[in-house]
Amino acid sequence: MSVPDLRERSNKTARYVWSAIGVGFTLLCILLAAGALLAILGYVTVQGISSVNWAFVTELPRPVGVTGGGVANGIVGSIIIVGIATVIAVPIGVLTGVYLALFGRGVFAETLRLLSDVLAGLPSIAIGLFAYTLFVAPFKQFSAFSASIAFAVIMLPLIIRTSEEAIRGVPRTVREAGFALGLSRYATTMKIVVPAARGAILTAILLGIARVTGETAPLLFTAFGSQFWEINPFHPMAELSLQVFTYAISPYDDWHRQAWAGALLLTIAVFIINLLARFALSFSKR
Amino acid sequence: MTTNPPQRPKRSAVQADRIFLATLWAAVGIFAATMLGLIVQLIHGSWQSILTFGFKFLVTTTWNPVTSQFGALPMIYGTVVSSAIAILLASVVGIASATFLAEFAPRRIAQPLASLIELLAAVPSVVYGLWGLFVLVPIFRAYVDPILQARLGFLPIFSGPIYGVGLLTAGVILAIMILPTVSAISRDVITAVGREQREAGMALGSTKWETTWRIVLPAARAGIFGACVLALGRAIGETIATTMVIGNKATIAASLFAPSYTLSSVIANEFTEATSDVYISSLIELGLLLFVLSFIVNGFARVLVNSVFSKSEGR
Repeated sequence: MSVPDLRERSNKTARYVWSAIGVGFTLLCILLAAGALLAILGYVTVQGISSVNWAFVTELPRPVGVTGGGVANGIVGSIIIVGIATVIAVPIGVLTGVYLALFGRGVFAETLRLLSDVLAGLPSIAIGLFAYTLFVAPFKQFSAFSASIAFAVIMLPLIIRTSEEAIRGVPRTVREAGFALGLSRYATTMKIVVPAARGAILTAILLGIARVTGETAPLLFTAFGSQFWEINPFHPMAELSLQVFTYAISPYDDWHRQAWAGALLLTIAVFIINLLARFALSFSKR
Repeated sequence: MTTNPPQRPKRSAVQADRIFLATLWAAVGIFAATMLGLIVQLIHGSWQSILTFGFKFLVTTTWNPVTSQFGALPMIYGTVVSSAIAILLASVVGIASATFLAEFAPRRIAQPLASLIELLAAVPSVVYGLWGLFVLVPIFRAYVDPILQARLGFLPIFSGPIYGVGLLTAGVILAIMILPTVSAISRDVITAVGREQREAGMALGSTKWETTWRIVLPAARAGIFGACVLALGRAIGETIATTMVIGNKATIAASLFAPSYTLSSVIANEFTEATSDVYISSLIELGLLLFVLSFIVNGFARVLVNSVFSKSEGR
């Protein structure tokens, strides 16, 4: 125990000194944590900004040994893969959330919640393996679509949990007002309750998008990556975070430079989506 | 029925309800099927490896694609040790940060600081890996590891050759990554401790720190522990950053400076190069192990965290 025993009525100065040391230690720790963040962000910005230029965002990767080139195909690939994942995950997630909020009693609903919690903690690479066994192995073809499936599964628990809470947060009286007007369950839910909760649901969706935009691991054996333009989701496709990874572990200086530039773009994109999410939340609370 | 006009809208409403309910059930069904499918696919995919190696898979140390001998023990070791380092560091710094934010920080700076720490959670893991590889690894190779070895080299964990990449570096980068999980949840839990208890402490003449250390933190113990277990779950499953700094070598060495491997980083590194069926199956079994491990850890954490919040809500 670092603090002297109070019962001994030990001298007051010692107690105040210990207290100051304790508070000082917590202050030191938070400075350390904030410092780590600033060190990472600062380094990525400094390293990345010198390499981000028009060519970097509009050109295709060049072959090994040829300097220059960009990650345009990866940026487009990220948008396609995350876009398809969102289109798949949002209806399933929001409707499951609606189900849990409206009829969420009993063993079955509790099991669903448990499953959703389990899924939220599941390593993304295990989810990637699932997508691989389901959509890559049977067709013997890496594909952007399989990556979208993995991403959709990663987004689901976040959307389900938040939609459920958002819909529960809509006052009961609002729902009853709908019924009192003679509206059906469908009309009450989809035209009154869900719109009332849309800010929080939008936040959940945006957070889900931010989460998978920064995700790399499942892409290794689903989207696989590509050096070329590819917009067919059933073919292997480039993706920005995957390009950053590939370039980072390569032995070439020019690719390292591009990895930093890609990392900067990726970080900015994720932060912007996160900010939008917060904005959506505060907007809906107003 | 159809001849009675006033009932027509009601009938379409009933129909709309039916379709609505069916849609809800379809969504729920797809979700449940996905979860079931996940488990089934992982078991199915690893079946060949389970049949070939059986229980030995978990306790043998050979990982040799050339001779098709696969044992997961080095990766289990690497996962456990790197996550343990991470949680040791992150729990101290994270809990202290949370305490500062919840108890000592002026309200005006507490929220911005908390948001800043939470931003750490949003940074993509490949960016952590990149920073780890090009900043942390050289620093560890040139300064941290040699200094530790010079001072504490008599301990086996700080002996042996220094590469920069290895268990210790992986543990540190993981610690930074899981820090926001520890601090955000701990802060919520600490804030949830009742006001009366703090006031009681202050009324007895304790300093603010004594109240925090002796009353508030012990009261929030279960939830803080839950936050740490949840963060541990994240560390276990983290893939890309670990893969970039751990050295990727399937050996068990006493030294924390030695390169190692984790369950997830083997999969990330070798899956696309795996040629034989049993190789792929063994990698999927590693994924299954990860699934089971994170299931246990997360389940435990949820129970702990939920117990705290249900208590404070019931008051």
